[in-house]
Amino acid sequence: MTAIKLEVNGETVSHEVNPRESLADFLRERRNLTGTHLGCEHGACGACTVTMDGVVVRSCIVLAVMADGRKIETIEGTRAIELMNVIRRHFHEKHALQCGFCTPGMLMMARDIIARYPAPSESTIRAQLSGQICRCTGYMGIVDAIKSAAREIAETRLLPNNAAA
Amino acid sequence: MKSSAFEYSRPGTVAEAVGLLAGSDGNAMPICGGQSLLILMGLRFAITGLLVDISRLEDLRRVDQRDGHVFIGAATTHAAIEDGKVPDPSLGLMSRVASKIAYRAVRNLGTIGGSVALADPSADWPACLMALGAQAVIAGPDGTRREEVETLIQGPYQTSLMPGEIIVGFEIAQHKSARWGVSKVSRKSGAFADSIAVFIDTTSDGPARLALTGTTSHARILPRVGQYAESSRVLNPDELRATVREDLAEIDPAADAYQLRCHVATVSRAIAEARAT
Repeated sequence: MTAIKLEVNGETVSHEVNPRESLADFLRERRNLTGTHLGCEHGACGACTVTMDGVVVRSCIVLAVMADGRKIETIEGTRAIELMNVIRRHFHEKHALQCGFCTPGMLMMARDIIARYPAPSESTIRAQLSGQICRCTGYMGIVDAIKSAAREIAETRLLPNNAAA
Repeated sequence: MKSSAFEYSRPGTVAEAVGLLAGSDGNAMPICGGQSLLILMGLRFAITGLLVDISRLEDLRRVDQRDGHVFIGAATTHAAIEDGKVPDPSLGLMSRVASKIAYRAVRNLGTIGGSVALADPSADWPACLMALGAQAVIAGPDGTRREEVETLIQGPYQTSLMPGEIIVGFEIAQHKSARWGVSKVSRKSGAFADSIAVFIDTTSDGPARLALTGTTSHARILPRVGQYAESSRVLNPDELRATVREDLAEIDPAADAYQLRCHVATVSRAIAEARAT
């Protein structure tokens, strides 16, 4: 076991972990943050996307020991972030989810896309979203939601702050 | 998807990392971004007793410019290169190549050094660095050595790196001309490539060079295509196709009809892009 200390959703936590434990398993099983979903567990589906030091990563292919000293933000940590609530509202209005399994990863990625492309075109969104798999929606609603959320965020000058609040 | 059990160590210096790797009887592996290695370990294609984390080593994170060269530390992420956060010796080529690797969440952690050290046949960096004539700076138990990326990569997942050696970074000549082109064919954006061609046209920086990957073996320079591009400004599509096939007969004899078509397409497009401006 290896001792790690890191910040999870603003709270500094210390744990003993197995070196082979993924960050996703650490978040779900030791922190009970089950909003981070595990789909493929090998970096292909994007459901487990979280941020580490402010940038999106796939928590199934990060070791918990490698997150030692880092700042992690999961979907649960975005509840009070106004910008994330705007994106969530657009996901709701555009029917951007059905079963909801991919949604936490989609939301984390949506914010990242809007931060890097303040007025993303449909083709930009589709290319940037190519690593997030959704088996229900056919992506139409998700792409629409990101596009309209980006427009509202730009109009209301909400800062696309990518880092954990 | 759980890897077999291993010990984890995060040494503070390159010398310590080399010592751990060299002293392990081949039972240790370095990890940097881990975006390929952790998947291979999860699938149990790769098994190790000790994982040596080199991602935070200062020497591997260094980036600087001097004497007409740019040094890019091995732990530099694809995203940092994509976003232009490090000096670019290639006038946009490296940023473009970086932007097409996997997905953003992977590019935020995956590193240029890890890509070369793993030597996946479909990896983007080996071809790009070969086309640029980059040299790898390698630290090992016997000190530091330099080797061209072109000879460092020897086969699928095979390099000249000896146990205990790690890539510290790459030295790349500052190019003065932006006459380059890249073409990548993959089934979906972010997926492993069926073919990637990187072309750098004849300039004061040197003769025309075309590197190809997505082959059944590893990234290679196509010498005949380079010479043909060098000799004719306007390329005849039939002649170019025949020249690509001649090179491929040597470097990728196992390529099937689909792969050959992909390679001919990426080579043609990469050269056309470089010459369109």
